[in-house]
Amino acid sequence: MATLSPTIRVQQTDQGGGGTAPPIPGGGGDGGRGDGYPDHGQRLRRLRLALAIGLTSVTMIFISLTSAYIVRRGLPTFDDHTGTYIQDWIPVQLPLALLLINTALLAASSLTAELARRQIIRQAALAPVRSIPGVSLGRESGFPWLALTVVLGFGFLTGQWLAWRELADRGFYLATSASSSFVYLLTAVHGVHLIGGILVLLYAAVVSLLHRPVEGRRIVVDVTAWYWHFMFGLWLGIFALLWFVR
Amino acid sequence: MVAQDAHAHAGPQGFIRKYVFSLDHKVIGLQYYFLALAAVFVGMFLSLLMRIHMIWPTAILPLVGEIRPETYLQLLTMHGTIMVFFVLTTAPQSGFGNYFLPIQIGAPDMAFPVLNMLSFWTTFVAFVVMLAAFFAVGGAPLHGWTGYAPLSALTNSGPGEQLGADLWITSIAIFCIASLMGALNFITTVLDLRAKGMTMMRMPLTCWAWLITAILGLLAFGVLLSAGILLLLDRNLGTSFYVPLVVVNGQVMGHKGGSPLLWQHLFWFFGHPEVYIAILPGMGVASQLLSTFARKPIFGYKAMVYAIMAIGILGFVVWGHHMFMSGMSPYSAFAFSIMTMAIGVPSAIKTFNWLGTLYKAKIRFQTPMLYAIGFVSLFVSGGLSGPFLAQPVLDIPLHDTAFVVGHFHLIMGVAAIFGMFAGTYYWFPKMFGRMMNESLGRIHFVFTLIGTYCIFMPMHYLGMAGQPRRYSQFTEVAYLQHLMPLNRFITYAAFVTIAAQVIFVINLFWSMFKGPKASDNPWESTTLEWTTATPPPHDNFAGHTPVVYHGPYEYSVPGAAKDYVMQTDPAGVTAH
Repeated sequence: MATLSPTIRVQQTDQGGGGTAPPIPGGGGDGGRGDGYPDHGQRLRRLRLALAIGLTSVTMIFISLTSAYIVRRGLPTFDDHTGTYIQDWIPVQLPLALLLINTALLAASSLTAELARRQIIRQAALAPVRSIPGVSLGRESGFPWLALTVVLGFGFLTGQWLAWRELADRGFYLATSASSSFVYLLTAVHGVHLIGGILVLLYAAVVSLLHRPVEGRRIVVDVTAWYWHFMFGLWLGIFALLWFVR
Repeated sequence: MVAQDAHAHAGPQGFIRKYVFSLDHKVIGLQYYFLALAAVFVGMFLSLLMRIHMIWPTAILPLVGEIRPETYLQLLTMHGTIMVFFVLTTAPQSGFGNYFLPIQIGAPDMAFPVLNMLSFWTTFVAFVVMLAAFFAVGGAPLHGWTGYAPLSALTNSGPGEQLGADLWITSIAIFCIASLMGALNFITTVLDLRAKGMTMMRMPLTCWAWLITAILGLLAFGVLLSAGILLLLDRNLGTSFYVPLVVVNGQVMGHKGGSPLLWQHLFWFFGHPEVYIAILPGMGVASQLLSTFARKPIFGYKAMVYAIMAIGILGFVVWGHHMFMSGMSPYSAFAFSIMTMAIGVPSAIKTFNWLGTLYKAKIRFQTPMLYAIGFVSLFVSGGLSGPFLAQPVLDIPLHDTAFVVGHFHLIMGVAAIFGMFAGTYYWFPKMFGRMMNESLGRIHFVFTLIGTYCIFMPMHYLGMAGQPRRYSQFTEVAYLQHLMPLNRFITYAAFVTIAAQVIFVINLFWSMFKGPKASDNPWESTTLEWTTATPPPHDNFAGHTPVVYHGPYEYSVPGAAKDYVMQTDPAGVTAH
């Protein structure tokens, strides 16, 4: 098997994170090959990496919106009545209590997402043992953390919708002032990202109902949970910006 | 052995899965390439109409009829947009990158094939939406490829600023999403799918260029996306992010307090890295080809890598140099000016390393090499005017003149196009299994090199003589009359250069079917794509995973049997 041919078969596990050490000349291996379908551990690592990269671009979107917010806030505008430049930034009267409740809901959902992640890691780890005929591990606690996360996520989005209604009741519409435009925009863009997370969690739930192998579901839940934590952190940042830099 | 081969999964056989909604990075790469080829002809046609109009302003032209000043601005907008997004961003990175990045690092495909397919089709939709702007009521927008507010943010600021401008912004937003998906895929692929032995510092410089370009795209396109969302809101939902209190045609608009400069900051935070998104892959290709055809290791491989990184980093802190004319604190302008001139350092490192690679080399002057040398020439010619424009005191008189048009076309437009031509002539045998015609290639090169210099060099003189850019008609302007002969010369040069591209198209398609069969490694190159079959099988290495033992440019290695050592050659001696 150890030939001096230009291409040498190696195990698929040799692929990825390539280049940690140059191979021994003339070496080679056997076993599988890279066919684009790596094992679950590699797939999880790859998706986590992709998530980190993807979240970088999400961060850039919010950094650009935040910097636009801060620049616009400090910008004097021309007043045609007086013929001078004035500060026209009107602080938005945010429904603080409602937003705090929403924050608590999202914090709770982040916690349940973490519990769902750990639960499925445990299930995935025990799956090989459980598949041995005659082996019983007793009843695993099957609390539906995933479903609870989705419910709490919907709760947060509903709360945000109510906050928008509350803003409108207070006379702050999208185009009322620059400040209100930013409040709607930042919450909407965050909400859209959260809806994306919910769709993936729903996908994981459907896959779960179809009794697909737990390893595949574990990857989906793991990556989405991290994404969810990020969305929670992002919300804290947005909330802090809107409240402290009014 | 049988079990091994069973792993080599065959590609899909149906036409739709194989050629249309393919997951194969090679097919997707070609899809991007041909999309860019279609786009470049649209963009080139628009530029020809503009050049004709500049010297024969009353001419009735095919498809567009009479060209009014606003029609000229529409042509200018669509030419710039199509060329920057659908040609310069699409072909060098998404086209060649998709096809050759996985093979050059020894991977069977991109990290996420489905995402890859989605990226292409999203780009395709963006292109269709962009072309649809031509057919909207009022026609295409006229706000330039930079889409400056408030012109772009008001729906009654001119013909084409209604539906046409909405389609334009929507297309750009879709393109941003496609590019972000592509960038994600490229970065993950490089970081996670390299073959055994393919250390980062053994990657071909093409892969480094594609990686850094993907990182730039990842950081830049999100910003353009948010800027576009704000613009759409201003146009359609009455917000005032970019629009101050303005009066259009005697009518007070409902906006108040927005800042047109905000758009410029967001746009150019994307726009400047975009310049490097267009040119870095060309630098990678030029490095690869100069080394291959000079039969010498690339001069200063590590310096080349660090120079690409430095250009990428500096590219994010110089956007203000596009805004010296827009009103800026002199202190900020000074800082942006210094940072911009600092880019000259890594650019010079690259240039000197390219020259160092050619120095005392036994150069094989084949068509790909001619284009690589042409790239260096254009990069130097176009780049040297950069430090002029980087200084506010010089930029202010030159900024709105043809000088800038000459500058950015040479360095960003034509140099990047030369990178694409170099890549096409070099990789054509691998992609299609046949050789392109060498004589036609050389004729095409001579006409294109001389032609593009004849078009864009005189623009510098026009600019210094005070000819403004973006204006449609100069024939009636007294102080520009003595420049008309030069303007006519440019238009004639454009005719010849565009006609010469027919040679390329004939060579491309004729060679695809009738060219002589290519061997697996016709250029005697060292990188991984030349170790596999021509064209490469569905999974790139036919059931094998390559193992890498060498750097990418081990040419003329003392003691080696041949004058090149393949990256996968375990028996070859190590040069370093």
